[in-house]
Amino acid sequence: MSEKKALRDAYGKTLLALGKENDKVVALDADLSGSTRSNWFAEAFPHRFFNAGVAEADMIGTAVGLSTAGFIPFASTFAVFGTGRCYDQIRQSVCLSEANVKIVVTHAGVTVGEDGGSHQMLEDISLMRGLPHMRVIVPCDYAETVAAVRYVAGQEGPFYVRLSREKFPVLYADDACPFAFGKAHTLRQGKDVGIAACGIMVSQALEAAELLAKEGIEAEVLNVSTIKPLDEDAVEALARKTGAVLTAEEHSVYGGLGSAVCETLAERFPVPVRRVGVKEAFGFSGKPGELLKHFRLDPASLAEDAKALLKRKAR
Amino acid sequence: MDPEIRRLKQIAYAIRKDILVMTHAAQSGHPGGSLSAIDLMTCLYFHDMALNPKDPQWEGRDRFILSKGHASPALYGVLARVGYFPHEELLTFRKFNSRLQGHPERKFLPGVEISTGSLGQGLSVAHGMALGLKLAGSPQRVYCLVGDGELQEGQTWEAIMAAGHRKTDNLCAILDHNHLQIDGIVEEIKNEEPVPEKFEAFGWAVHHIDGHDYDAILTALEAARNTKGQPTFIVAETVKGKGVSFMENNVDFHGKAANDEELKIGLAELDLALAQLGGEA
Repeated sequence: MSEKKALRDAYGKTLLALGKENDKVVALDADLSGSTRSNWFAEAFPHRFFNAGVAEADMIGTAVGLSTAGFIPFASTFAVFGTGRCYDQIRQSVCLSEANVKIVVTHAGVTVGEDGGSHQMLEDISLMRGLPHMRVIVPCDYAETVAAVRYVAGQEGPFYVRLSREKFPVLYADDACPFAFGKAHTLRQGKDVGIAACGIMVSQALEAAELLAKEGIEAEVLNVSTIKPLDEDAVEALARKTGAVLTAEEHSVYGGLGSAVCETLAERFPVPVRRVGVKEAFGFSGKPGELLKHFRLDPASLAEDAKALLKRKAR
Repeated sequence: MDPEIRRLKQIAYAIRKDILVMTHAAQSGHPGGSLSAIDLMTCLYFHDMALNPKDPQWEGRDRFILSKGHASPALYGVLARVGYFPHEELLTFRKFNSRLQGHPERKFLPGVEISTGSLGQGLSVAHGMALGLKLAGSPQRVYCLVGDGELQEGQTWEAIMAAGHRKTDNLCAILDHNHLQIDGIVEEIKNEEPVPEKFEAFGWAVHHIDGHDYDAILTALEAARNTKGQPTFIVAETVKGKGVSFMENNVDFHGKAANDEELKIGLAELDLALAQLGGEA
């Protein structure tokens, strides 16, 4: 897990490739194309790129209009502006009409770092997951991002793909990513505790599993890159096998992966669950690593939480 | 009277009756802003726009977006008479299992290009549509009807800035400037004037007309069609509730249907106007 690559680079590169393959692919941004990497598409296809300026609501509406003319619009900005700032536009203009709009955001979560709480989006999965027809993907690494972006380009209707600013550890080889929409993927087998994670927390969970293994605890790690629709069978299987499920996300514990897992397990196979995520807080300035540790999203904290969860597990 | 204008007026007055009847049947809906917009929409759907009701997704069609989605009775009245669905279906408006949702929804009814209802969003969508048609090499045009209360939504101005910047000349927005919003007089609640000058300042070609004067409407639409290098905004001065005496300039009928007695009076007035025009077209 030593190599690290930026998910937004995967997005920029894949969007550019899609642009070359299909002249129906268009891209929009709201003055952050250099950061989201949509500028790589913009430089290659200036006539198919629409910079809305600092106007996210207009960007979403324009994307909807372009979709009705037969195009496949990818709209990008930071997660905080691409969801909260234009939630009603996504609800009314995109989802109510089931418009063929792909929203791919970067800079989600506390790993945005120095920009602080205003820019560290922690509620976006919750917002997007609640919308009818919206499908939500949170890739964990570079290769999975490539696969997810390629997948959504070929599907009709709205998608939300959540990416980050930071470079993430490479977990999948470029040519061997098992990404399948709606399917979770087991990255490590274990019988004592299950960890269901998304985004950067997948690699954190794998590191936590290493720490737990040193203490004789075998953790199973499930990469839940599709948050909606949730792979309920995989989540239930994880609970049945391990009897205790830790969820881990760089997001509020309200409405995100942890909530989705709890909803499923409460209905299908209740076991002790512990949700790791940000609890009733905004982020603040700092280095990504410092913030992950502060919010107990680092491997050591995850391992501690897993052990705390195990105490509640029926023996 | 010019025979074409007579024909259009006859259609508009017949649709005015439809608006009263369907909102009365629903005991719900927005007659005031539908009646103010119907002359404009009749000129679009029965004179200006390329349409094929038998094939609602026909690529050669011009597009219309009702950004002020609460004027759905006007849109449904027009779509029914153009032939998108049976006229009797108007009586299902706002009822359970109807395709005629309270505010227009694309997934329910052919002929509705995009769902609207949350104010301020239609012009962005219309602009994206116009950009898409241009990109696809299509000569088709996009029309968007905006309300004046709706101008208070910031997104409208984002779209006005964007289309002015991009010189999107296949886009024509029309302001139904009836000067009333639910809570009262637009100028008192949040003054938007001078509206035409503001649109001009954003780079739009502006025509400031009487929105019930058919000569003026058709002339402005023709000018918009021939305008290159900038989008057009037709600022249409209208009367809320136009054509029904007790609804005219009466904000109470923004979102309230006529009762039985009012319906009778209103239909009688409209029948009289129709008779003066020589009956229904």
